[in-house]
Amino acid sequence: MVERQSPLEPEYYPGSHGNFEHGVDVILSETRPGSILQLAAWPGEEKRLMSAIYKATGLALPDGAGGGVTDGARSAFGFAPGKFTVVDEAEGLAAAFSGVVTPAIGTVTDLSHGRTAMRIAGPKAEWVLAKFFAIDFALPAFPIGAGRSTTHHDVFAQIQRTGADQFDIYVFRSFARSFWKALCHASEEVGYEVQ
Amino acid sequence: MLITCPYCGPRDVIEFTYQGDGNRQRPQPSSQDLDAWNAYVYDRLNPAGDHNEIWQHSGGCRAHLRVVRNTLTHEISSSGFARGDHKAAARHKSEAKS
Ligand SMILES: [Zn+2]
Repeated sequence: MVERQSPLEPEYYPGSHGNFEHGVDVILSETRPGSILQLAAWPGEEKRLMSAIYKATGLALPDGAGGGVTDGARSAFGFAPGKFTVVDEAEGLAAAFSGVVTPAIGTVTDLSHGRTAMRIAGPKAEWVLAKFFAIDFALPAFPIGAGRSTTHHDVFAQIQRTGADQFDIYVFRSFARSFWKALCHASEEVGYEVQ
Repeated sequence: MLITCPYCGPRDVIEFTYQGDGNRQRPQPSSQDLDAWNAYVYDRLNPAGDHNEIWQHSGGCRAHLRVVRNTLTHEISSSGFARGDHKAAARHKSEAKS
């Protein structure tokens, strides 16, 4: 496979930044998953698509709008009616779906090179994200594994909660550097570390 | 103004795009009934009160929604998928008002 370049690289400065004298309250990183797929079910085929995702990845999606699951290496969540984002640390996940998601069930779109994934973790992760997105980040309203589709100034974002104080954000690759810079600026007041 | 998306829950209006009057009846594409086409393109009820509208959750799940909005108060009295009873419609998020 070709070595993939990060769009964040010119603005990616590992280390502690901002107001960190009193501690680092969020950790920012790029997760660089090998595979980012979008799966869509034809109307009425959602259950079959969910079992296809289970067959190919071992991830059992919960019922419900925006429901999702993560096992660390692989993650999946609903982002629209009958549509799911499925992510794997390893490359080549699309091949695992060939023959599993048949044309009668729905479609598989490989977005591995089209999206950039950023992670924000730490006790102030909810606080920083609340400055970007007008959605409820509290744990009861946004449980672990769940996904949300939303927008920050026309930058479309898919957000999955992958831990009690950890979120993975997927944005268009072309917007990623700009969003990353904004995320760093917004994290300055709480002190942040780039890993 | 908040619109409750049946998939995403209540969201700010900036996430939505207005797709026009929901009362319009599009004639069959092959129709040569000029009055029907004229009504589809031009005739609007323009009510002072509840209005059937089509909105797209363009900054979210991208679903097209059928919304009833009060043109005087901006109150949204109902919202649902425009395509009809999609299965997910019955599975509101916990925080979503129906
Ligand atoms: Zn929505």
